[in-house]
Amino acid sequence: MRARVVFVLIAVVLLAAFPMVAEKFYLQLVTKIMILSIFALSLDVLVGYTGLVSLGHAAYFGVAAYSLALLAPSDNAANVWVTLPLALAASAAAALVIGALVVRTAGVYFIMVTLAFAQMVYYFFHDTRVAGGSDGIYVNERPQTFIPGLDLANDAHFYYAVLMLLVLVFALLAAMLRSPFGRALQGIKANERRMRALGYATLRYKLAAFVIAGTLAGLAGYLTAAKEGYVNPEMLAWHQSGTVLMMLILGGMGTLIGAVLGTFTYVLVQEWFSGITRHWQLLMGAFIIAVVLVLPQGLAGLARARARRSPAPRPPGDANE
Amino acid sequence: MEWLIQVLNSVQYGLLLFLVASGLTLIFGIMGVINLAHGSFYMIGAYLAFALVERIGNLWVALPVGIALAAALGLMIEWLLISRLYRRDHLHQVLLTFGLILVFEELRSILLGDDVHSVPVPALLSASLPLTDTLSYPVYRLFISAVCLALAAAMYATIQKTRLGARIRAAASNPEMAQSLGLDIRWIHALVFASGVALAAFAGMIAAPVSSVFPGMGNQVLIVCFVVVVIGGIGSLKGALVAALLIGFCDTFGKVLFPEFAGVAVYLLMAAVLLFRPAGLFGRA
Repeated sequence: MRARVVFVLIAVVLLAAFPMVAEKFYLQLVTKIMILSIFALSLDVLVGYTGLVSLGHAAYFGVAAYSLALLAPSDNAANVWVTLPLALAASAAAALVIGALVVRTAGVYFIMVTLAFAQMVYYFFHDTRVAGGSDGIYVNERPQTFIPGLDLANDAHFYYAVLMLLVLVFALLAAMLRSPFGRALQGIKANERRMRALGYATLRYKLAAFVIAGTLAGLAGYLTAAKEGYVNPEMLAWHQSGTVLMMLILGGMGTLIGAVLGTFTYVLVQEWFSGITRHWQLLMGAFIIAVVLVLPQGLAGLARARARRSPAPRPPGDANE
Repeated sequence: MEWLIQVLNSVQYGLLLFLVASGLTLIFGIMGVINLAHGSFYMIGAYLAFALVERIGNLWVALPVGIALAAALGLMIEWLLISRLYRRDHLHQVLLTFGLILVFEELRSILLGDDVHSVPVPALLSASLPLTDTLSYPVYRLFISAVCLALAAAMYATIQKTRLGARIRAAASNPEMAQSLGLDIRWIHALVFASGVALAAFAGMIAAPVSSVFPGMGNQVLIVCFVVVVIGGIGSLKGALVAALLIGFCDTFGKVLFPEFAGVAVYLLMAAVLLFRPAGLFGRA
């Protein structure tokens, strides 16, 4: 337990010091990774803690991104204090409507149905002219907080804002998972029927988890739209949903640190592969297959297995070794 | 008469979807594996049709060759990868087959490029049936519907009426028991998986002349097939047939009546079914 806290603190200090030494490219890369970490953390609430495997999480990411793009004025910067709550509300609303339908299903149905509804949102933005169709739209200027001294258009300032949000989301989720609400979610993952028998309205808990996860995914989507300066339907395509699921598994789901570690590893591996060849997707596919076969518990599982293998007191009476 | 053409198109699209979705639902129903790469096999079939017809010049020769290649690919994938997933979480199945999609798409891009191709309709079936003075209907589309119907009947007969079908059903309902009674479960799984792959590839091959061959066609069909399986109920062939036809009509008439929202129509249908029957029309709750 204490080791984990120390690890997180060291990681935060390192991330905070990084802009002092990093070039622009790496600054932007780590900004992107931290944003995607928020995305992976949001999915961990569903997959890792509640046992709901969503393959449509990109929809809520994309809805908030599109909200910013549609709300932003074309000639000057949008106000964060107006656009962010509205964007999060849009994601939460989408998660509430879709969630109300999907939490009634379980197992493999849940996987297929979340994917199908996400695809519906994708086609909505792709086929209609509401928001630029398949081309997407630009966010001409990064939104601003209008706090004196903080200029989000500056990459370093934006980096620190994202880092602060990542720490905030991490702390919030850590607290939530220790609360009775979080315990109930983990109970549902372990044995939903028993939780129902204990008197928990499990559908409502699952729906609440779905909306929380969707809203936090929206935060990541909003930040991505602000960072990249444009949105397009690919942001909510199922490819994106599969990728974030993979980040989570790579790190080890059901641990918050694992979600962040997995995101860092995944994006860095992807950067490495795409530097080697134009056909990096081939390597990425092979990498994913290898991880599933060799490392099903993720990097966090690897650490656990190592901890177990380290010299432990031998049980009495075990003289065979 | 315009509407008759749309009805025929709906039926043809629905039956083709059934062919792909039946493999997906059987693989899940019998083996308990959710296979995201199923759409890729459809894509591979279409590209096989394109590549083989270009070399051999004849779809009738290309079809059996393509089916054999696809079945061999299916056996290999089952043996190498899928067989390791039977006792695993659905999550791992999703991710491994997601990785497979990336591999297949990129291999396709390396071997055959990213262009859109077309496959000529075989000369024998290139005629059109005149419906009125101005409207006619291509014979090839009727041929697709007929072949799909015949295959659906053959599948039903195999599973319900033959010894092999009884074995497959036994393996689906209780694998351990079937195994201890002397059935070779591994062989049955391999057979079912390879048949599913061959069905999807075959659907891609016969669809190629009417739908053109393009990157991403596999993912498009995969997601619609998920909708078919969800509406029909997992593991139910009858459900898949009814749902596929429903979607065929919903999609075709959606495109005619509300072109901008056609992409959304089938998902609204799914939402409506989920509201009233969360386990699908023919699913066991």
